[in-house]
Amino acid sequence: MFTFIFKRLLIAIPVLLILIVGTFILMYAAPGSPFATERGVPPAVLANLERQYGLDQPFHVQIWRYIWGIVSDFDFGPSFIYRDQDVNDLIAQGFPVTLTYGFWSFVVAVLVGGTLGIIAAIRHNTWLDYLAVGISIGAQVLPNFVLAPILVLIFTLWLGWLPGGGWQGGQIEYVILPVIALSTSFMASIARIARASMLEVLTSNFIRTARAKGLPMRRIVLRHALKPALLPVISYLGPAFVGMITGSVVIDIYFSTGGIGQFFVASALNRDYGVMMGITVLLGTLTIFFNLVVDILYAWIDPKIRY
Amino acid sequence: MLATRAIADQLAHKDAVKGRSLWADARTRFFRNKAAVGGLIVLLLVGLFAVIGPFVAPWDYEEIDWSVLGRVAEAGRPSLETGHWFGTDPLGRDLFARTVQGTQISLMVGIVGAFIAVIVGTFYGAVAGYFGGRVDNVMMRIVDVLMSIPYMFVLILLLVVFGRSMLMLFIGIGLVSWLDMARIARGQTLTLRNKEFVEAAVATGVGPFTIILRHIVPNLLGVVIVYATLLVPSMIIYESFISFLGLGVQEPLTSWGALISEGSGEMVNGTLWMLLVPLFFFVVTLFGFFFVGDGLRDALDPKDR
Repeated sequence: MFTFIFKRLLIAIPVLLILIVGTFILMYAAPGSPFATERGVPPAVLANLERQYGLDQPFHVQIWRYIWGIVSDFDFGPSFIYRDQDVNDLIAQGFPVTLTYGFWSFVVAVLVGGTLGIIAAIRHNTWLDYLAVGISIGAQVLPNFVLAPILVLIFTLWLGWLPGGGWQGGQIEYVILPVIALSTSFMASIARIARASMLEVLTSNFIRTARAKGLPMRRIVLRHALKPALLPVISYLGPAFVGMITGSVVIDIYFSTGGIGQFFVASALNRDYGVMMGITVLLGTLTIFFNLVVDILYAWIDPKIRY
Repeated sequence: MLATRAIADQLAHKDAVKGRSLWADARTRFFRNKAAVGGLIVLLLVGLFAVIGPFVAPWDYEEIDWSVLGRVAEAGRPSLETGHWFGTDPLGRDLFARTVQGTQISLMVGIVGAFIAVIVGTFYGAVAGYFGGRVDNVMMRIVDVLMSIPYMFVLILLLVVFGRSMLMLFIGIGLVSWLDMARIARGQTLTLRNKEFVEAAVATGVGPFTIILRHIVPNLLGVVIVYATLLVPSMIIYESFISFLGLGVQEPLTSWGALISEGSGEMVNGTLWMLLVPLFFFVVTLFGFFFVGDGLRDALDPKDR
């Protein structure tokens, strides 16, 4: 097991490097200076600014400094627009918010989606099954940026039950709508995957044996069918995580929750390359490590995987 | 003796039995599927709307109706008299014309993006699967690596660094979404590689790339078509996502994502049509593509029946 984890870590490190170097090259290749404004800055001032941020150094020095800064001090570099802020400040501000609703969205998607899919499979071809299938088809055409306005329209403007934006330190009524908007499409996917794999498992030979033995249905599902049926769900968790991180940008923008996505879009509109790069690298790192955890989880649960 | 000859003559003059190709079979299966045909009709209608819309619309998509400006909530309502059939947007521009325009762009990005992704992915996957061994290992490891990167951020970075243009949007969206296609194509190629006709081609001295083009890729076509129809809606979602954030198409051009974003920002003023019109087109088109894709999968993939 430990050699497996070790090997996986060995793969994760070059991936991270590729991500960092790739985004850095992109930023380096960007035309124009990040400090050039529409009014025009005197060349001497520009040169001074660039020297201060180390942008006059050759490419290999710059990239080494950047990578070393991340590795040694977890420092993602400065913002090129706001002198008093660096990327770490923005992350420290936004990340707890993103983490809060992201975590709950993940929990809701996995628990509700998994339960829905498994119940649908057990009650195959009943109204419960049709309801689950209907929900998962409907949620396919309602990505978060479509669902969010609809939710606000219904729950804020018409019913007036929940606030349509803001964060207020994460009070529960401010978290509900973001979590629903973010989790629904993933919940639907998980329900669909769980249903399909549960249906397959329920028709397999070892379940028939268990039935022939006279085990009650409840015990068959919980003891024998659940674990193999959840394997495809686990392998979907990685893509779901990427999707949620991406979706959090929409949530932050639409609900003004003040998470990381809001800074990302603001920096994209300002052409603040430093912040964009920092956030991309941070989220990429998170994704890679999450995938690592999922892989290990999978190897731990599935006895067929050898390592 | 005579009888046999008569029968033989009869058989010789009879019309040749019409062969049923795989595609003909698939077509009948597809048209028996009501949801798929419904989806196809919806898609044709949306396509028709995008094509003939500009000739029907009384207003241009950039033109501002000054009589409406400032009191959009009352005067900009959808009505037949003013010629604003779908109402106007917050700036007094005709929503019908803008929806037509947005539909054109969204469909175009969807189809072109899917096209790029399908071509790149199919060849990549076919090459990896055909050569196998170390080549396959390295190529698929690269796919794995790329898959674990939150590509949407990289795509936005690309758009910001190289300027926001339609071309960049096409290339960017296409380039980040060929990965699944590559995996599917590789899997199919692995099973095709050991078939007799490939063996025969190798034995007669055909080069590997000719084999891939002439023998492998045509046999991947069924899977590719199914996947491409399912890829178009996800391309549309990507594009709308980026445009929703205001990072995609630029004014005065628009797309469904940009229109939905605009409409959702104006909800509070009671101008609901600005949200509901683009939302309707978006949802209906996605449904259409999903149903057609499902229908094609049932029709072309005999495994599932």
